[in-house]
Order: sequence, then structure tokens, then C-alpha cells
Amino acid sequence: MTASIQIQRTPDVQYLLRLGDTCLILGQRLAEWCGHGPVLEEDIALTNMALDLVGQARALLTHAGQLAGATSADKLNEDQLAFLRDERDFFNVTMVELPGGPKDSDFAFTVLRNAMVATLLKLLWVRLIDSKDSELAGIAGKAVKEARYHQQHAADWVVRLGDGTPESRRRMEAALANLWRYSEEWFVVDAVDEHAHATGFGPRWADLRTEWTAEMGAILEDATLTAPPASLFRSQGKYGQHSEHMGFILATMQSLQRSFPGGVW
Amino acid sequence: MTLQDARVTQAWDVLSTVLDPEVPALSVRDLGIVRDVLIDEQGMEIILTPTYSGCPATEVIEQDVLAAIAAAGLGAARVTLRRAPAWTTDWITEVGKRKLFDYGIAPPGPVLDGGAVPMRFMARQAPVERLICPQCKSQNTERLSAFGATACKALYRCLACKEPFEHFKPI
Repeated sequence: MTASIQIQRTPDVQYLLRLGDTCLILGQRLAEWCGHGPVLEEDIALTNMALDLVGQARALLTHAGQLAGATSADKLNEDQLAFLRDERDFFNVTMVELPGGPKDSDFAFTVLRNAMVATLLKLLWVRLIDSKDSELAGIAGKAVKEARYHQQHAADWVVRLGDGTPESRRRMEAALANLWRYSEEWFVVDAVDEHAHATGFGPRWADLRTEWTAEMGAILEDATLTAPPASLFRSQGKYGQHSEHMGFILATMQSLQRSFPGGVW
Repeated sequence: MTLQDARVTQAWDVLSTVLDPEVPALSVRDLGIVRDVLIDEQGMEIILTPTYSGCPATEVIEQDVLAAIAAAGLGAARVTLRRAPAWTTDWITEVGKRKLFDYGIAPPGPVLDGGAVPMRFMARQAPVERLICPQCKSQNTERLSAFGATACKALYRCLACKEPFEHFKPI
């Protein structure tokens, strides 16, 4: 087994990893649908979106690894960051690590989560185009186009299932009741966000809440669904404190690189 | 023309022969991903802008470009990826769009102002604009799948000739 790596927890590195790990873990979750989609077109759609998300994660982790190296002399590459970090050093939001694959849950859960996360990511990428960090701004310019496409696709499914048959509606309502509270975490301000805001690195996620709520509200209204009331529940994924599901997803994702250190294609 | 200029011109000619591995009807120049060819003390630098963040063809294209430059005897070369400004299908040349159509892939229309995606996936209203079938040229076509065999394409079918065809998504 290869020893785990430690990372420099500077605000910029944490800010990048919150975003990069969120893309990476959601990409991993969506990839679980490969060969299991309810119809062939959706099988292809989910894996295409996984490909975009993992591509975005690669760029963000590469950049984070360079920034981490600027202060610690030894830079880290994308593979080290993805495969050799322990659970507590991943900063993805908790929602994306929840099991939502074909064996664990249902398609309604997957498309609603995609709509919620893609809406967040799209709003983030739009702001990040103006980041003072030119590399991050470049990644955002590309990713925003992909996120728009993902949001559109997922939103159309939320409408179709929400305003669909009694069974599809029941499942979409259950997914909404389960997932909605996990969005609260995103909009809690902390020192990482404040630092990014003050230095022009990126927006405070909390500043996106009004727009996010409005866009999701429009999708849900179209789907004849109602957003659950605000919750006091606060998941802690972006601080590195994850749900019980995170260890399993990392075990799957990291096993090859841990067993065959440095293995490449 | 200096010797250096001649090498750059030759390199551009060589790049016209390097095909996209996923869409072999197009060269990397038709696709609009070659942003610049420069020469410095270390040799030639070819600047590429990737199409999609996760497109697996990017690495193959890098290797193909370097192999073609080497085969042409143009000396040491390296590829640099430049992300900003982001690639758009508007950079596909007019020749490239025609080649796509002839190859059986409906080319992308112009990207709308503000970057809006002009496709609805399951819209309740019929789409305003219909694609022209690359096989029989009918406009009686419909979308089958918003995503296709590669990140850049969607799947359509023609209701006149009953044949499926791919569409290069405007992005």
C-alpha cells in the first residue's frame, strides 16, 4: 500500500479542492451508472456528464497541486491528489458522495442531485471567469459551457418526473425531501470563502444563494413541486468531515493506485 | 521570408494533415484548436486549446501533432495547452463545417450571444429550428439523444430517410 499524502491547507488550495473534489466525486458517482441507465440515451448522458466533471476536476486538482507546491517546495500532481489523499483531506460537499447509483437509489434522486449541483456549479463558474487567478478563470471559461448543458438536461428530467406519473412524482418528492437539506452546507460562509472573496480569487458561495434558490425554484415550479422548508441540518463535507459513504467511494476509486503505486495507462 | 517563417508555414501545412481521432473528417486546423505556432530557442511550440474538459482525444491529438511534426523533419517541438479563451464551435472553419456535413454529421449552428445553449432536451414545445439531414437533406428530423458517442455530439434521426445521424453540438 502506498502511504497517504498530506496537503497544505491554505485558503486557496481549500477553495480549489472544494470545487475540484465536488466535481470528482460527483463524476465518480455518475460513472456508476455506466451500463445501468434506465434507457440507453440516459446511460450515455450520465457517463458523458461524468467525463466532463472528471475533466474539470483534473484541471482543478492540477492547479491546486501547483499552488500547494509553491509554499511547500514539493508540488503534487492530479493523480496524487485524487488517489493518495485520505478522507479528511477531501473537501467535496456531502451531497455528491451520497449513494445514488443504480443499486442504491433511483433515477429521480440522481437527476435531482444533478440539477441542484449543476445549478450551483454553473453560478460558480460564471463568477470564476473573472477570477484574479488566470488559470482558474481559464478553467471556468470552458467549464461554464458544460455546466449549462448539464443543468438544462437535469432540469428537464426533474420537470418530466415531477409533473409525470403518480409513481415518478412520488419518487421525485422523496428525492427532494432527502436531498434539499444537503444544500444548506453550501451557503455557510467561512474563512476560506472570505479569503477568496477578499483577494478576488472567487466568490463566497453564500453570495450565490439568492440566484440558486431562484433558478431551482423556477425548475421546481415547472415540475409542480414545492421546495422543502429551510433546515437546520448542516452537513460538513467541505470541512473534510464526511458521511459514512465517503470511505466506500474512496476505497473503490483509490484501490488501483494504492495497490499498484505509480501505475499509469 | 526567413528560414524560421518557412518552418512555421510548413508546420501549419503539416497540421492540416493531422486528423481528429474521434471525427477523422476534420483536421485539427479545421476544428480550430490550433491557436498558434511559435519558434524559440528550445524549438517549436504548438499551442492547442482543448475542446471539452474531459475529452480523451486531447492527449491523442497532442501525440499525433508531435509525431507529424517530427515526421516532417521540423525539429524539436512541444505542445502547450491554452485554456483561455475557451474553445467554441464557432472556431470550426467554414470548410470544416462543410466537411462535417459531407461526412454525415450535422454541423453546429452559431453559438448564441451570452453563451446560451439553443437546445432543449425534452421541451414541451416543438423545436423552432430543425437540422438538415446530412444523408437526404430533409428538414424532417428530430433529436433522439442529447448526448452522443463523444462529448461533442448529440444523436438525431431523419424521419424522411429513417437514418440516424449525429450533430456536433454548438458550445
